[in-house]
Amino acid sequence: MSKQQQHWEKTRMLLFVTLAIWFVFSIGIFFFGAEMEASSIRPLGYPLSYYMTCQGSLGIFVILIFWFANRQEKIDEEFGYTEREDD
Amino acid sequence: MFKGKFIDNLPKIYGTYTGGFIVFIILMAIAEQAGMSAKLIGIFFVAFTVLIYALIGYLSRTMQTDAYYVAGRQVPTVFNGMATAADWMSGASFVAMAGGIYFKGYGYMALLVGWTGGYVLVASLLAPYLRKFGCYTVPDFIGTRYGGNMARLSAVIVLTVASFTYVTAQINATGTIASVALDIPFEIAVYVGLASILMCSMLGGMRAVTWTQVAQYIVLIIAYLLPVFWISNKMGAGVFPHLMLADEVARIAELEAQFGLGEVKNSAADLKQVPKGLSGITKAHAEVNTTPWKFISLAVCMMAGTASLPHVMMRYFTTPSVKAARRSVGWSLFFIFLLYSSAPMLATLSKLSLMDPNLATGIIGKSISEVQAIDWYQNWNQANLMFVSDFNGNGTLELNEFFMGGKAVVLATPEIAGLPYVISGLVAAGGMAAAMSTADGLVLAISNALSHDIYYKMINPKAETAKRLIVARVLLVLIGFAGATIAALEIQGILGSVIWAFDFAMSGLFFPLVLGVWWKRANAQGAVAGMLGGLIAGSAYLIAVRSGYPGFWGVTQLTFGIVGSLVSLVLMVVVSLMTKAPDAATQRMVDEVRIPSGKAILGKQH
Repeated sequence: MSKQQQHWEKTRMLLFVTLAIWFVFSIGIFFFGAEMEASSIRPLGYPLSYYMTCQGSLGIFVILIFWFANRQEKIDEEFGYTEREDD
Repeated sequence: MFKGKFIDNLPKIYGTYTGGFIVFIILMAIAEQAGMSAKLIGIFFVAFTVLIYALIGYLSRTMQTDAYYVAGRQVPTVFNGMATAADWMSGASFVAMAGGIYFKGYGYMALLVGWTGGYVLVASLLAPYLRKFGCYTVPDFIGTRYGGNMARLSAVIVLTVASFTYVTAQINATGTIASVALDIPFEIAVYVGLASILMCSMLGGMRAVTWTQVAQYIVLIIAYLLPVFWISNKMGAGVFPHLMLADEVARIAELEAQFGLGEVKNSAADLKQVPKGLSGITKAHAEVNTTPWKFISLAVCMMAGTASLPHVMMRYFTTPSVKAARRSVGWSLFFIFLLYSSAPMLATLSKLSLMDPNLATGIIGKSISEVQAIDWYQNWNQANLMFVSDFNGNGTLELNEFFMGGKAVVLATPEIAGLPYVISGLVAAGGMAAAMSTADGLVLAISNALSHDIYYKMINPKAETAKRLIVARVLLVLIGFAGATIAALEIQGILGSVIWAFDFAMSGLFFPLVLGVWWKRANAQGAVAGMLGGLIAGSAYLIAVRSGYPGFWGVTQLTFGIVGSLVSLVLMVVVSLMTKAPDAATQRMVDEVRIPSGKAILGKQH
């Protein structure tokens, strides 16, 4: 496999992981709205369903994007595809 | 005068600006104590901030194409995040969102999840790759990647439909705020709003819009957060509302039970008396009150729409590098998060201050005549945003007898909670900033697509720079006027048309954009079929549902993008596979896009 194919392979893997986490917190958990509401897990005292829609999922997305950006930068570095200043 | 030095000094410049704005707020507060009238304070706030934006717009004027179209590609990561946040958060987010949560609770909060989750798609699927491409506009990417004027034209059509639907709502919002704050009729205020929007964008294009949007973000976030924190502390609900309102949420549920929420239904005859657009509390505050599919389908549409709306995507064309584009998406979402996570808190505080009889501000359970004598009730009743009526004739205000407009949650809560008027003036300035910044981005997205993709790339490829930029500006003004004219007609409410815009964008652009990067086999025929087919299918479904068709799969007029984008995906894959694979040059181009280093596909000036 050429260097570029390997780079793309790793990039795709990272995309799948990122989208899987995204799916869980944007779609997956909301299949269980009623269960979340009844749950005894109450972050900061809020009902779990309420908390996830107000802050939980939103905050996870912010962290997820920064995590994704860091990982992608590492992959680009590994294969020497990081941009130079004069590009 | 702006190059180099200006970019290095950004933190200092905007730091000074923020300080200056805070001083201005303090001066206004002192003026209020000295007896300045509420009306005058409102005028000062709106006029002062709009003049500042216009000044920034004037200072950023340019005659270079890359400055006009992509701000010279030198906007630093964090500042681009702020500009995107302002670009993104519209009058609807600012004025209507807390109200939506107040009235509809959990079911409405699908929008919060959708409007933030979409950024994960932007960061991982699209923004860095489109930045590497080096395009000026979204159709520029489609046109070059797939090749051919037909693909370019189709992308422009989808972009125009989606963005134009959106922009009328924003101009409408600037008009509403300008008419209240400056005390002029709405039909005139719409054009005042338009003039302010054009002043920010006409001379400097994307460069001017970028630097005004940063300024507008600072105003709108101060205007949103200050009242939330102030009210929370004043009520003794918590120093940091986001972390400490659990008791208040529980207390609302308790009061809902006590006041018999949902037990007493108003008769149709009673509801006739209620002015149009106002509603009562009919849904529990924090209960799960919708089916999973309703929640999820709405969130999915908003997420895919976010990733397809050109005015957002084009913000990531302005960063200095691919890496910066990626990080900048994270910063955008962080700045958006600051406001979005505060909206439910504002809704909670607002509802509790009206409902709780233990608080001085509570009105439910008081006698009707007492409520009707309150100053703020009279003000907002006059503005057609509040209404009470003694339906059951017992002389007491019941929960089902109190009605409010969605906008009032943001606009009136400071006054209800007894904050000085200076805060209400600040909120008006914030709403104006939110609506203006989004309108600017949208008008620019449309006119850039028409001037760059239609005029320059398709009609007159030999046009000189000066001529191109004149055409761009003429189109900008024309589109602004068209938007304002339609806004003045007030066809659809602010929030309705915003949601439609997402569905249109998702129907026509989501899969052609994503597959352009992630599927090499996608070709021009497939893309054209996907864009036009998706847009037509989505629109047809919308029209059918609005004329009485019951629909299928629980897809409503708010989520028709699901139908549109599925049709788009199927058409695109089938047609692509049935026709010839893209040539070797196109395949190489896609390979190039997938790595950050190396030259952009399209040159710096094109």
